[in-house]
Amino acid sequence: MEEILSTLINGLSLGGIYAMIALGYTMVYGIAKMLNFAHGDIIMVGGYLIYVFMATKNPLIAILLAVVGCVILGVTIEKIAYKPLRGASPLAVLITAIGVSYMLQSLAQIIFGSATQMVTVYEFGAVKLMGATVQISSLVTLGVTVAVMLALTLFVKFTRLGRAMIAVSEDRDAAQLMGINVNGIITITFAIGSALAALAGLFYLLKAPAVSGTMGAMPGIKAFTAAVIGGIGSIPGAMLGGILLGMVECISYKITAIAPYTDAIEFSILILILLVRPTGFLGKKRREKV
Amino acid sequence: MALLEVKNLEVYYGVICALKGISFEVNEGEIVSLIGANGAGKTTMMQSVVGLIPKRSGSVIYDGKDITKMSCHKIVQLGMTQVPEGRRIFQELTVMENLMMGAYTVRDQQRYKEDLQSVFERFPRLAERRNQIAGTLSGGEQQMLAMSRALMIRPKLLMLDEPSMGLAPILVDQIFEIIKELHASGTTILLVEQNASKALEIADRAYVLETGSITLSGTGKELASSDEVRKAYLGGSNHTPPA
Repeated sequence: MEEILSTLINGLSLGGIYAMIALGYTMVYGIAKMLNFAHGDIIMVGGYLIYVFMATKNPLIAILLAVVGCVILGVTIEKIAYKPLRGASPLAVLITAIGVSYMLQSLAQIIFGSATQMVTVYEFGAVKLMGATVQISSLVTLGVTVAVMLALTLFVKFTRLGRAMIAVSEDRDAAQLMGINVNGIITITFAIGSALAALAGLFYLLKAPAVSGTMGAMPGIKAFTAAVIGGIGSIPGAMLGGILLGMVECISYKITAIAPYTDAIEFSILILILLVRPTGFLGKKRREKV
Repeated sequence: MALLEVKNLEVYYGVICALKGISFEVNEGEIVSLIGANGAGKTTMMQSVVGLIPKRSGSVIYDGKDITKMSCHKIVQLGMTQVPEGRRIFQELTVMENLMMGAYTVRDQQRYKEDLQSVFERFPRLAERRNQIAGTLSGGEQQMLAMSRALMIRPKLLMLDEPSMGLAPILVDQIFEIIKELHASGTTILLVEQNASKALEIADRAYVLETGSITLSGTGKELASSDEVRKAYLGGSNHTPPA
């Protein structure tokens, strides 16, 4: 019973992190119609920024600066690398995104070296919950991710800007005919995605207090998987896919106790789901425009 | 004075020339129709004028301003908008949300409420279905929503691309009635249509577009009685032109 509870909480909090990252993938895909494969590396940049700004000895300031830094980076990448390619073939954009990803990883290694750096943001400790030992950081992660997802859902549904984002994702030309500045909406999308990735970086540091140049790669791929399972382009889908993948990862780790097996299980589930539902759980069948 | 003046507009898709330097104008208060067969370049013309697809050369002047290189959302903010071909309403949003998007640039809440009121008076069907997802509306209702959505910015110039496409004859009549009403209330209209007889009937002036070039122009009546137009677009010479 205790084990079930702690696995459940760990799974949900890990799922929350995946969901936060998956939201960045899915929103950028829906609105800018591209796969931003450099998205995972924003997590890593967020981690390093927290590591650097922890020099202030104030975790909240470090987190805030990291979020701001990632937003600026995300928006800048979009302006410099992706915007000039609007209208270019999707393959060119995809390759550019992969290039940006490697560039960020290499820059991090040039600046901080290839060795893993340790950074402790805050020691939360653990509590006993109905007999189970639960890391408080997991509960904090779960609480914050749920709050962020709720806020994002309300933002998209009930604000003028949020609705404009749905409009742009559905029909870019029609949105422009409403007077919506599509480039502005894309910028905002990248800003939101990067802020969420920075927070994901923070949550990874709370789980394991170490940063490295490649720390964003695997979470990036996992979260992308989550976005695809949920139905890429769908915001609730990204949340569902993220939570599902996090749960699967924690449960399969509990059972097999070997990390590579859990990866294999997760990606097998992706393949299975895509075989049965190629558009993911909440994805729509959409005619791809030529 | 010309509200919209298009000069030598050329548009290419890759190496293919879609518009071979067309010129036309729309004067304030007119209904101008542009007729032509499928593939003549009507939609290309509409999209390039409003800034949705790039122009190779030529110029577009709207209300005395050069909008040739302006991006679409800025052009729309000047008071010129378009009901695109195929309606292109936001299928996943409700009727209300579609209208809200139409009023995206309108900051004045009072004005927004007034416009919403007048849309619902004109189209009681939309009022009934205001909370329905727009993708579930019928074709006619979707066309009405698309027109209402465009009206939310109170356009000086309204461009309509094939508003009668895919609609039952009774609805086509209704759409043309609405166009007349909008015109009577002071909106200048540029209409692109395959339904040439209807389009010429209500037009002050009209142009014929053929494979990327304007081949004929004149008043609606002149074109409706011209032999060439009657043969090519009005179903043969037996057709009686509208009086």
